[in-house]
Amino acid sequence: MNKGTVFRPEGLKFMRRVLALCLATGMLTTAHGNAQEPPYFVTYSHDMEEPGNLEISVKGVQGSPKYGNPFISQTIELEYGTQGWWTTELYLAGQHTSNDSTIFTGWRLENRFRPLFREHFVNPVLYVEYENVNAADRSLLEVTGHDSISDFLITNAQGRSKTERSLELKLILSSNARGWNISENFISEKDLNESDPWEFGYALGISRPLALAASRKDCVFCRENFAVGAELYGGLGDLNGFGLRATSHYAGPTIGFNIPRGPTVTFSPNFGLNDNSVGVLYRFQVSYEFQQIFGSHSRGK
Amino acid sequence: MIRRVPMLVVLIVGTLAFGVADGAWLKNVPARDHQRTNPYQTQPDAVASGRRVFADHCAHCHGENAEGTKKRPPLRSLRVQQEATEGDLHWLLINGNMRKGMPSWSKLGDPQIWQVIAYVKSLHR
Repeated sequence: MNKGTVFRPEGLKFMRRVLALCLATGMLTTAHGNAQEPPYFVTYSHDMEEPGNLEISVKGVQGSPKYGNPFISQTIELEYGTQGWWTTELYLAGQHTSNDSTIFTGWRLENRFRPLFREHFVNPVLYVEYENVNAADRSLLEVTGHDSISDFLITNAQGRSKTERSLELKLILSSNARGWNISENFISEKDLNESDPWEFGYALGISRPLALAASRKDCVFCRENFAVGAELYGGLGDLNGFGLRATSHYAGPTIGFNIPRGPTVTFSPNFGLNDNSVGVLYRFQVSYEFQQIFGSHSRGK
Repeated sequence: MIRRVPMLVVLIVGTLAFGVADGAWLKNVPARDHQRTNPYQTQPDAVASGRRVFADHCAHCHGENAEGTKKRPPLRSLRVQQEATEGDLHWLLINGNMRKGMPSWSKLGDPQIWQVIAYVKSLHR
């Protein structure tokens, strides 16, 4: 591993191509999308995908771990509203590490279920995910157990040789009140290949649009099109050692911009809170919602 | 003709059942919510703002002019325009009717929800 290497632009070129494709797709379609969801990267709220809608997101994270090579990870996320109370998602992840290679790191299939059909002060959602990713995965969609900066020091060849098949369960608790969204996620994960114990993690998020009422006229830079917030997430050890010892944690502000009749763009710098964490992670996301893709979409015929 | 009778019965019962179930949510609205009035009703811009929110989030299911689509109900109906109060519609938008495919729109926040209601209620005039 080379400390202080210059980050090569191949990963960025790949990212730009994917983003351009995403934006072009968005511009060509007639069914516009404006997700208006909290601008979180790791935390889930109780907002489900509307039934029949398909949201395509490109999520990226860039980091430069101490003593390791800088990396950029890309995750393509396909989120479909199966029912009002059931959302299904497929993730495809890859990454580029400077002075190493660009590889596909695996996939995840996730389902979220809302057991209570009405809005409450706190709304629970049950999350079940099957992961098939290798140890070179850098998507950081969650932090669990004793995940730490040392995970980023292995080469892509080393990481690729070890595939992890794991089951992940989350309890999502979320509230919408006076324009604010407050969400808490409790994460547990089990590697199905090995006899490793259950690992735990958490994610907390709070966000609010800059304005709650809609403007009278169409406008791109209206305050209601922006949402700001903050996220805090990290590991909580495992069944053999629950707690904060030898875990990594991140926190940072987040901002989302819902472009009217276009994609939603979200950005967040996440700061590592201890020596086990990467100093700064830059997260970005472009998402676009295709409305009523397999459903009753008739555009008012 | 005899063969057609059971089919006719099924059709009639099915239509009645659908009709009853379609408006069943109205019976679930608590009295306190039923009586709520729209705080944006007197604001001159509420209808225009509500139209924009409606176009972004509601039109793809309920039609661009709220006339309904193949699988989703119109919002110009007697039920929405006369039977349901503003408070009833607010309760529906907050809670959704998830078994019937109507999601919760609590993420929009109260101001936008009331603006949409002002627009929808303006359609009967």
